[in-house]
Amino acid sequence: MTEASGISLDPKEANASSFSWRRFGGLWRTAGILIPFLILFISLALSNSEFLTRQNLVVNVLYLQTPVLIIAAAGTLVLIAGGLDLSVAATFVLASDIAAQVALHTNPVWAILLAVLCGALVGLVNGVVVAYLRINALIATLAMSFVVSGIAEVTTNNTFYSLFDRPSLGKFATTIFLGAQSAIWIALIVILLLGLALWRTTFGRYVFAAGGNAEAARLAGVRVSRIRIATYVLSGMAAALAGVISLAQTLTTTPYSNESALAFTVLAGIVVGGTSILGGEGSVTRTVIGVLFIALIQNGFDLLQFNSFLIPLVTGVILIIAVASDVWLRQRRR
Amino acid sequence: MTESSIEEVPRQSEASGDVEVVDVSMRFGGVPALSHVSISIRQGEVHALVGENGAGKSTLGKIISGVYSPDAGEVRINGKAVNFRSPRDAMDQGIVTIAQELAIVPFLSVAENVFLGAEPRRWGFVRRRLMRQRYVDLSEQVGFRLPASQLAGSLAIADQQKLEILRALSREASTIIMDEPSAALSMHEVVALHEVIRSLAASGKTVILISHFLSEVLDLADTVTVLRDGRVVRTASASEETESSLIEGMLGRSLGQAFPDKRSANPDSSVVLEVEDLHAPGVNGVSLTVRRGEIVGIAGLVGSGRTEFARALYGASPVTSGRITLEGADVTHHRPHQSLREGLTMIPESRKDQGLFMGRPISENVSVARLGLVSRFGVVSPGTERRRVASALDEVRVKMASVRTPVRSLSGGNQQKVLLARTGLCEPRLLIADEPTRGVDVGSKRTIYDVLVEQAAAGLGIIVISSELEEVLGLAHRVIVMRDGQFVAELSGDEMTQEAVLHAAFAESTTAAS
Repeated sequence: MTEASGISLDPKEANASSFSWRRFGGLWRTAGILIPFLILFISLALSNSEFLTRQNLVVNVLYLQTPVLIIAAAGTLVLIAGGLDLSVAATFVLASDIAAQVALHTNPVWAILLAVLCGALVGLVNGVVVAYLRINALIATLAMSFVVSGIAEVTTNNTFYSLFDRPSLGKFATTIFLGAQSAIWIALIVILLLGLALWRTTFGRYVFAAGGNAEAARLAGVRVSRIRIATYVLSGMAAALAGVISLAQTLTTTPYSNESALAFTVLAGIVVGGTSILGGEGSVTRTVIGVLFIALIQNGFDLLQFNSFLIPLVTGVILIIAVASDVWLRQRRR
Repeated sequence: MTESSIEEVPRQSEASGDVEVVDVSMRFGGVPALSHVSISIRQGEVHALVGENGAGKSTLGKIISGVYSPDAGEVRINGKAVNFRSPRDAMDQGIVTIAQELAIVPFLSVAENVFLGAEPRRWGFVRRRLMRQRYVDLSEQVGFRLPASQLAGSLAIADQQKLEILRALSREASTIIMDEPSAALSMHEVVALHEVIRSLAASGKTVILISHFLSEVLDLADTVTVLRDGRVVRTASASEETESSLIEGMLGRSLGQAFPDKRSANPDSSVVLEVEDLHAPGVNGVSLTVRRGEIVGIAGLVGSGRTEFARALYGASPVTSGRITLEGADVTHHRPHQSLREGLTMIPESRKDQGLFMGRPISENVSVARLGLVSRFGVVSPGTERRRVASALDEVRVKMASVRTPVRSLSGGNQQKVLLARTGLCEPRLLIADEPTRGVDVGSKRTIYDVLVEQAAAGLGIIVISSELEEVLGLAHRVIVMRDGQFVAELSGDEMTQEAVLHAAFAESTTAAS
């Protein structure tokens, strides 16, 4: 699995004893994102002296990506199980609003717990609506995003909160530990836990089964609905945690309009990492590489002072390439 | 029943004539699919290609129809070499394929489908009335009764095949290649299809039949070519062949009996399954008793409720009334995960759609139903999994090079065995096997039968649902015939004959059979 310092291949592929075409799918998927990532990394390192500094890599890139990484890790599970969660941005904002209000009055630990609990609840509702009411996940979570962002607006009365007067929550994200901020360590733990869950637990197996062939999964005794709901709950909790971390990083809440594209940013990272939108396969490791790849592109644009208006264009093109290769790989198998 | 009277209609283009395949070879990525294959197919004959899965019959069919271009050798029509670069080229020569996956546009009407791509037009607009008229003429000639404006997607598979045949004939096809046409048909649709094939041949069309149903081949074909490992074993007149001689040719050895010796069930063994007046979707009052060690066969036409009964038993569909007991315990409203816990197992009808996770490793496919056996506190232990999976696969007589390869890479027969291994891990007391050898080659069929008989002898109660009469009669101790969601006959001992089963399945029913 992911080691603290670097990126490793999905162990299943690494253990492949024979190099047959059939195993190509998995290897290609991992190589498909790892190689471009390494190329990008090396090119940036060579073209700009500031790139390889701790200030840039850790403080600028990694630290700011922690919320996206956390949401994307959980989002990978949702996608593998055959679902989709577009409500993460709204949950992110709601959690940050709730945490801010709580932190202004009591111990910030309550703020964190309450916020994550709210995230879990949002996820539960998402899951029940999709799994039991059988409403299409895209529509259900999109609708949910409207509901949740509405709730956030109502509870905050459309004002911002700032924690400058009671900044102790900030320590949740900013405490430096072994050279990196605590936000980064939290993200790492989340990634490790979710990745291990997918790779080695029965829950992870059921997630792959539910997304790979729901009917076969049901007949094999997998509680498909429960598994799907669980992934949405995890996604909601991750979105909430990300919101709290973001709050701790900046000590202010943000309006939904600033964050509304978060769901798509997360999705882009997951897809570029090689996970298929159609479900049934994916890997948290690859998602991490995908998210960081997109982040490095932005970082590169900044450092090399390219026109930043081109960033969405470039990201879009990469996304198309990523999805097209997924389709191509699936065809190849037949 | 379809009237089959296809009259000759004078056509503008000439019939395509004799088809010859001369010294054709083809490789796919290093694996030879065909080696130096030469066959002559006479105009107007029914020529069958038989062989195991992977023998090359489909590949050969695709070369003749223009889907593939051979690496070496050539195809000749009427003595002249042709170079088909696409199926279009072959169609221009009158060669059309009716594949297993039917190419129907479900939301267009029958007439629109038949003339798809070749609609009569004026200035870009489709001339509907003319198209309708042409359809009526064509279908009267051919003798099919398919309503012109019915949505093609709502037709039964047999009728969709007729649609494709109509389309082929409307394009003035003179050589029709049929790839496993009977695989998805019910018993009496197969009979109708055979009539169609006979009349196509009678009207001068060439039919190339690719099939693994040897009785069908012997029934219909004039000439049979046996393929093995990409080579022609022999081409002979069908009248000179028998099923065993064909099997010998296909396998290179004689099969012996098709079915293992039936071990007589112990009449005193305890009852493992008791079903009382079961009602469920598609099931209208069914009662059944199965004893330990017994193999009960269920036969019936497509739509008679056999799979619906299996699903209700297993818990995949809801029971509205009645009782199901497994060795005394009430399991009436159990869902699949509960049934599995009790040892009530099922192998579903379609392994691809309902059974396997194609992209996942073999080991995961086997262990998924009982992950508790290979994990502790929710964490899977790979060593235990490997051992358990290996022994489960061993019990169903399958050896894999590596259980980490995706299950997609296995043959149909081995895939079925993976499903058998999966149920084996669940300490089964009752197994429902729905079409256990559908799409499985001859060699593997026998091993699956052996495994089933073995497990029954060890005490497992088995319900076998099959559309292949021989299979049901060959395996089961007694056969139950289903119709309209009910059991209408129970046959055992000497009563178990094909005629008796067909009679019970067909006898007057209030609703028309498909």
